[in-house]
Amino acid sequence: MNIYVCIGSSCHQKSSYSVMKEIKYLIIENGLEEKVNLQSAFCLGHCANGITIKIDDEIVTGVGMGNIREIFKTKVLDICK
Amino acid sequence: MTYFDNDVQQLKYEVLSEIAKLAFENSLTTENLLDVASIIVPEGEARMRCCIYKERAIVNERVKLALGGDSKNPNLVEVLKIACDECPVDGIVVTQSCRGCIAHKCANICPKNAITIVNRRAVIEKSKCVECGRCATVCSYNAIVKLIRPCVNACKVNAISIDKDTKKAVIKNDKCISCGSCVYHCPFGAIMDKSYITQAVRMIREADDNKVYKIYAIVAPSLVSQYANIPEITTDKVVTAIKQIGFHSVIEAALGADMVAAMEAEELVEKGFLTSSCCPAFVQFIRRNYPTIAGNISHNLSPMAQLAKVIKQMDPTGKVVFIGPCIAKKAERRNENVKDYVDCVLTFEEMQAMFQAKKIDLETLEETALDNASYFGRIFAHSGGLTTAVGQALKEQNITTEQFTCKPLICNGISECKTALLKASKGVLSENFIEGMICEGGCIGGPACLSHSSKDKNLVDTYGHQAIEKTIANAISIFDESFM
Repeated sequence: MNIYVCIGSSCHQKSSYSVMKEIKYLIIENGLEEKVNLQSAFCLGHCANGITIKIDDEIVTGVGMGNIREIFKTKVLDICK
Repeated sequence: MTYFDNDVQQLKYEVLSEIAKLAFENSLTTENLLDVASIIVPEGEARMRCCIYKERAIVNERVKLALGGDSKNPNLVEVLKIACDECPVDGIVVTQSCRGCIAHKCANICPKNAITIVNRRAVIEKSKCVECGRCATVCSYNAIVKLIRPCVNACKVNAISIDKDTKKAVIKNDKCISCGSCVYHCPFGAIMDKSYITQAVRMIREADDNKVYKIYAIVAPSLVSQYANIPEITTDKVVTAIKQIGFHSVIEAALGADMVAAMEAEELVEKGFLTSSCCPAFVQFIRRNYPTIAGNISHNLSPMAQLAKVIKQMDPTGKVVFIGPCIAKKAERRNENVKDYVDCVLTFEEMQAMFQAKKIDLETLEETALDNASYFGRIFAHSGGLTTAVGQALKEQNITTEQFTCKPLICNGISECKTALLKASKGVLSENFIEGMICEGGCIGGPACLSHSSKDKNLVDTYGHQAIEKTIANAISIFDESFM
């Protein structure tokens, strides 16, 4: 599985670097280093809709520190297990 | 409204805009190209030269440069032979203002005894004169003038000579470092840089709205001072405009500068003596003239190339276009270790020409955020910024003064670079880090800047402070998290 976190200017200003770090932490915490590849991307093209990440081909917008754990559980953890 | 400092830039811009327009319409046919001259120079009185036919002939030379120039001439900078006005090359001349004074300061200071007093007037013996200009400096009546061609005067690497027969300027390619000083300083606009604007437009068209591949614009931090005289045009509006002409994303070269600052600090500690490698004209200047210290040029890529490398790692099919104030960057792109990362280099002049071609009204645009780098990456745009950033990186890497003490020498402009490199090559330089910027003031003084204003440095500093990342380490921390 590939996860891309948008680090374009707009997402960066909304703290996408923190989201990136949190996802990395969740990958390690759940032992998914072999299954999940985490990358950054210069703009996923949804600047007006909050922080954007892409999980394989699915775009997820409005990501933040408040909901990243839940998103990770339903869209990454549940699928990988 | 004029965006430029002088009318030569304006003229070059008019031609580039027409070419960009044809390129966007995919109609760069011979017929259309031949029409450009009469669009720029319509029927009527000549504006600049003896007649409109000469003006049109010069426009045609500019069209050729806009399309990539003379393919047999590897130099990025070319002389437009018809445009070269054969300025006088009389050298040091005594004018009518000479009063035949009795002090004879001119004759006394001349190191070559080239001045004699004949009939109570100074006379210069041409065969002895070395054109040092000291006599002109000491004359109390300013009666001695130095008539040097502006291009020759602008070229501090002595790459420009005058053809004896045609009296036209000739550039010696083995000496030229593509700094572009002559391009900016020729008052007749007779020297111009090759343009890759049609390549860039083709790349944009073939990307089909970024669906076939994505095009990334890396913008130099000096972008913030380009519209210094038009406050309504904010940097964030320019970012919107760049996206409107077809770029997928706009990223600050300053982020590459943050990466370079961190790596350069490490390299400096390891090697003990280093020169910077950000300014491509400076690097070329060292290689050509001081080969013995070429080994001390930092091995880091420039901020442009470093960031482009990262973008290509993230998106291997993406295309990267650098937009900046610099002509030498076009030469840097050809380097073996850069050409795979950077697909095209444009100047701010060419960027503005693309806006014009697309009829984009900058003042009325919405704003798009630009925020990728730290303050330290952003201030690379002016002289001294790189040194501040390397100093900061050493601090952030907890290098104590016992481990290494950085003794930097900031060289602002080619003359200061020359002095420092000469000392370094003789082993008598007391400093251990040379920041070299060939343009006066650093990149904000670049030949393809729209603005060369005294406000530019402050604009860069103010913009630097607006960055949300306050340290270099924070700005580049994102790259520790990805590529696991």
